[in-house]
Amino acid sequence: MFDVRPVETDYVRHRAAQFRAQVERRLDGSLTEEEFRPLRLMNGVYLQLHAYMLRVAIPYGTISPDQMRTLALLAQKWDKGYGHFTTRQNIQYNWPKLVDIPDMLDALAAVGMHAIQTSGNTIRNVTTDAFAGAAFDEAADPRPYAELLRSWSTDHAEFQFLPRKFKIAISGGKKDRAVIAAHDIGLRLVEKDGKTGFEVWIGGGLGRTPLLGQVVRDFLPEEDLLPYVEAIIATYNLSGRRDNKYKARIKITVMERGMDTMRAEIEEEFQARRRDFNGADREALAIFKDRFRAPAFRNAPVDGFEAERAANPGFRSWTDTNLHAHRIDGYASAIVTLKAPGQTPGDASAEQMRLLADLAERYGHHDLRIMHDQNVALPHVHKSDLPALYAALRDAGLATANAGLTSDIIACPGMDYCALATARSIPIAEEIADHFRSVGLEEEIGNLNIRISGCINACGHHHLGHIGILGLDRAGVENYQITLGGDAYDIPAIGQRAGAGFPAEEVVPAIDRLLRAYLEVRADASERFIDAYRRLGPAPFKAALYPEPAHA
Amino acid sequence: MSKAFTPTAAKPGVITANDLREGHNVWMCDEGWTPDPRKATLFEDDAIAELALLKAIGQADLVVGPYLIEARRGPDGPEPTHFREAFRQRGPSNYFHGIQVDRQAETQKTETTHV
Repeated sequence: MFDVRPVETDYVRHRAAQFRAQVERRLDGSLTEEEFRPLRLMNGVYLQLHAYMLRVAIPYGTISPDQMRTLALLAQKWDKGYGHFTTRQNIQYNWPKLVDIPDMLDALAAVGMHAIQTSGNTIRNVTTDAFAGAAFDEAADPRPYAELLRSWSTDHAEFQFLPRKFKIAISGGKKDRAVIAAHDIGLRLVEKDGKTGFEVWIGGGLGRTPLLGQVVRDFLPEEDLLPYVEAIIATYNLSGRRDNKYKARIKITVMERGMDTMRAEIEEEFQARRRDFNGADREALAIFKDRFRAPAFRNAPVDGFEAERAANPGFRSWTDTNLHAHRIDGYASAIVTLKAPGQTPGDASAEQMRLLADLAERYGHHDLRIMHDQNVALPHVHKSDLPALYAALRDAGLATANAGLTSDIIACPGMDYCALATARSIPIAEEIADHFRSVGLEEEIGNLNIRISGCINACGHHHLGHIGILGLDRAGVENYQITLGGDAYDIPAIGQRAGAGFPAEEVVPAIDRLLRAYLEVRADASERFIDAYRRLGPAPFKAALYPEPAHA
Repeated sequence: MSKAFTPTAAKPGVITANDLREGHNVWMCDEGWTPDPRKATLFEDDAIAELALLKAIGQADLVVGPYLIEARRGPDGPEPTHFREAFRQRGPSNYFHGIQVDRQAETQKTETTHV
């Protein structure tokens, strides 16, 4: 039965103390590595290619300035001065020492943060729209529901040993910005007959078997959220496969057993479980709605914003690409891309994190969001503050005007860090970004989502890229397979493999041919790459990737 | 990557793992474990290598996840044959971190000594 934890920081401190004792027992030989491994994974500690890695949860990507400063502290004091933001709105540290991790968890606990359930076959960090509570097209703010799910799922005794990891995303906007179709459970806030509820999707996921989710319930009243989600996961917990980890995700369960069977079982489970909730979940939701109430928005003129746009081409360019429409007149959400020239996608230095914390306090109502595309957003900025915000970001190398453009690439850590990777992602992302900046085509190409994964597990969401790139090991050499036509947002789609893979040095020339072909065939400048691909089909794009050899 | 690799004279191998306390990559050498892959013991006999791997597994108080991996004889010691191991022996390509830092410090020290 669900209950709200009264003092959660105490619980997080308790868990950190538990882990400290577990590390001590591992070091003194009381625990073998086989015994210790599941314990460290429960606390987000992996062993990677060069070192341990600590993955810290940033629940639904929402983070306060003080919490951001703590992330900076961890980077500076116990890592190598930076952190890597992930597509699951978490942060990873690539170089922690095992002996230091208990201290890192204590520092996180002091600001209510932790690394619990960032690994293992559990319910992982609930993700959502980075513009939650700010977006102009929002049916309802998803954060109170995300917090309800987080609070309920943390240490949920029944769901600590699921068949496989389990990811939930929740979206509040008319446009889905949380990629709900690619999650085990996707929740879309909708209104029906004046009531708020959810369109519930299940069975989405990427990896080696990429599948888009399907709607299991058209409309779920908001008060039934927890019992229904619990019913889905309980059903999966019993019927999901445990004999083969590659067939253990709910997407396979749905495919093998059929949506009608799953829906009927979930519904039966839901009816049984709903009786046990006793209203505690609804009380908690009321508390969380209050916790996420809107800040005191200002009503002030925006003349300075327009004047600066007219006077400063750099500012105009940044505001053209890096702002998102806000529901309050005079406000905007500002996107700080972590994709500057030469920057590893998603990486931020401790200094940059501290600056973002300061700027959020000064100009952003103390609110920061980690975006699923490895950027950071300040969701609430009054337009009159944007010139000052831009100037401060520019001085720190954080004002690259490229949100949604060619160089705004999602890339997993790949074989530069990841023990599972089959090839590198980061150098490919950097080379593509550098190339299109240097040839000056980025602005002309316009909106484009390039996604790169360093292995078939697809942490870089390559299936959802308009252009997806998958790094593989082909006979001991890095090789890159290109997929076309994927889409995470407007019309969710899994990209289709274009043909044979390319050696690393041929990837940039191939993407260059592809995008020059797009510029040739597009109807006009407003037709994006993905729109042209949908209109024309793959043929002209494949022809550009694989040109016929010239006849002698 | 092949964790089931068995070395032979034609395809020798080394044993590698991660340091338990700090996590960095280490290689088995005659004296124990070294962060310098060039000092690793090169195994050319499967029986000797497997015995050494058992010994490595028994040193769980020092290292995590030991495994045998193919290597070739180089002028300065064993060299990796696969790019994954080459990355492990160098460090990431996006930052000057990892073993390449130690290697540079060592080179600079040698150059200074030779001046």
